[in-house]
Amino acid sequence: MRHLLSAADLSLAETSAILDLAEEMAQVQARPVKKLPALRGRTVVNLFFEDSTRTRSSFELAGKWLSADVINVSAKGSSVSKGESLRDTVLTVAAMGVDALVIRHGASGAPGQAAQWVDAHVLNAGDGTHEHPTQALLDAFTLRRHFRTTEPDLDTFAGKRVVIAGDVTHSRVARSNVLLLQTLGADVTLVAPPTLMPSGVETWPVTTSSDFDAVLPEADAVMMLRVQRERMSGGYFPTPREYTVGYGLTRARLASMRPGSAICHPGPMNRGLEISADAADAASSLILDQVAAGVAVRMSVLYQLLGGEDAPATPRGDL
Amino acid sequence: MPDVLVTGADLLGAGRADLLLRDGRFADPATAGPDVERVDADGLVALPGLVDLHTHLREPGREDAETVASGTDAAARGGFTAVLAMANTNPVTDTAEAAEHVAALGRRDGHAQVVPVGAISKGLAGAELAELGLMARSSAGVRVFSDDGHCVTDARLMRRALEYVRAFDGVIAQHAQDPRLAGPDACCHEGELSGRLGLPGWPAVAESTVVARDVQLAALTRSRLHVCHVSTAETVDVLRWAKARGVDVTAEVAPHHLLLTTAEVAGYDPTYKVNPPLRPDEHVAALREALADGTLDVVATDHAPHARHDKEHAFADAAPGMLGLETALAVVLETMVLPGRLGWGDVAQRMSAVPARIARLTGQGRPLAVGEPANLTLVDPAARAVVDRAGSASLSRNNPWHGRDLPDPVVATFWAGRATYRRA
Repeated sequence: MRHLLSAADLSLAETSAILDLAEEMAQVQARPVKKLPALRGRTVVNLFFEDSTRTRSSFELAGKWLSADVINVSAKGSSVSKGESLRDTVLTVAAMGVDALVIRHGASGAPGQAAQWVDAHVLNAGDGTHEHPTQALLDAFTLRRHFRTTEPDLDTFAGKRVVIAGDVTHSRVARSNVLLLQTLGADVTLVAPPTLMPSGVETWPVTTSSDFDAVLPEADAVMMLRVQRERMSGGYFPTPREYTVGYGLTRARLASMRPGSAICHPGPMNRGLEISADAADAASSLILDQVAAGVAVRMSVLYQLLGGEDAPATPRGDL
Repeated sequence: MPDVLVTGADLLGAGRADLLLRDGRFADPATAGPDVERVDADGLVALPGLVDLHTHLREPGREDAETVASGTDAAARGGFTAVLAMANTNPVTDTAEAAEHVAALGRRDGHAQVVPVGAISKGLAGAELAELGLMARSSAGVRVFSDDGHCVTDARLMRRALEYVRAFDGVIAQHAQDPRLAGPDACCHEGELSGRLGLPGWPAVAESTVVARDVQLAALTRSRLHVCHVSTAETVDVLRWAKARGVDVTAEVAPHHLLLTTAEVAGYDPTYKVNPPLRPDEHVAALREALADGTLDVVATDHAPHARHDKEHAFADAAPGMLGLETALAVVLETMVLPGRLGWGDVAQRMSAVPARIARLTGQGRPLAVGEPANLTLVDPAARAVVDRAGSASLSRNNPWHGRDLPDPVVATFWAGRATYRRA
């Protein structure tokens, strides 16, 4: 694996390998001294063009617990606002002798473009409304653990029904999850008002619905998507109250869920809007497990990309 | 300037004939002197010099991307003898003085006639009319007005603009893009690909609904409307409806919309970011059909050079636009002539005579006949080449055709009897 730009890049075997290794990394996470020497001498740069606390911290811890040298570069408000092109920013950072670039960008496709300009490994840490592949991996890791509590030999998600509900149009989490859950064999249903369902969704390998109540009782897991505040003024739905009534995981809907089915949310949550406090804090909620899984999964991905290499990567392209 | 005798050219239905270029006009070949410069045009098609209704020359303001000199050099290589220079320069061409400045740059540096397009609204802001009359009455003689790059969304302002330019036979050229429907970040045709890639969508109806409104306003005001860079099948439907009812509307299509599709965007390469965006196959097919049947009147390049650093951003952040002057005829040949949709006479109409008529250019788009201005493009219908962006005369390199095998038709261009391009 050279880069991780899209969940579609991962085969079932690669996905399983990442999740299996993440299990081992999770053991490290549980130790008093959380450190492996695996990436000693390697340099990982978190190049974040968009604010993020949880994803950046998660990647930072993952790199550090593998003994890589990790630096964080916040491109927002620095070089970019001074007019520097994406290519120049990426090449400048890569020229410092970087082995991996973890890139988050507000524009779809930016990490993929960067991967064409540098020799360093590129990880997509979220690009616009396109993808967030490590989020999908940590969601899969969390769900696999959950499903294995009753089915210890479970490898794929064949036969499992996963509902993804909310603002699918603007959700990179949804796109990556659709792709990865398909690879794992799950049946995916997207639930959203038609205004928040992406163009061409009929070509996606999913079922779609605008009736949350109809699909929720059949779900083995439901992933709630965050509703961004600007959507409320964008005419995508009339009022927060109406959204909650139609598409929120309310207390009543929580009660309608199949026993043992799981609740996920990529965070940060809008309690009372897309998810009620009852649902967020329910015993079946895996939301904090997802956060914890993030570090283990990102350790696994970084190791898969960088482990076992001899020569450090060098930047290419003329500045 | 020495006389030039072009021998044996195919004169669009008039058979093979000689053309004598003397003092800027065509003269009787029988009067050619012994010292005349001879150009063997055996096997070549003679077209009247091409006229581009839609060129961005970037000067003044962004001379790092293009200048009048480099842009018209590219025009000459593409067979053009006149270009209409869009108003979205810095400063904007929204006064008589600004228009005269652009025209003067053209006279000084141009390898083709440079005709300024005037802005419809001051600063392209869409709020107040620019000095349309003063631009029209200036020495630049502006007849085409456009806020290109911005849509005139205010229906009342659009009505007033259409009414006002009737006094001096002007035409309002609209960039049809409803900004509320398309959204501020729209950069990709709204459809399966935009949904999959997570790119803000630009729905086809954001174009056609504006055109539907504008043709109604043109009918109301009995004025001339021109629709820039039509990109959708729905707009073609509206234009057919309007033309059938006698509305004085013309429309252009850009070469890239005749050949490239949304699929090019799949790799997020900003070279393929253009506004309006590339559309799916069914729209491309509708545009070709409409150009063939005359619903779309002209081909216009929307030549939009950008400095490299303005394209080296994430797709959504990169500047929209692509080069077009040097390859426009090649693309028309590939998509329309070789498949039998258009003959060379039709090409002469759609790329020379009709654009000249829309812009009221009396010296362009004329027949290749004795006494007429000697604007001539010699074309080899059989030549092909792989496009190499490094070989462009443009200062910019945002060439969507780089690496493609395309016709390579333009052999020579003569503007007012002077060779502005000769293939080496």
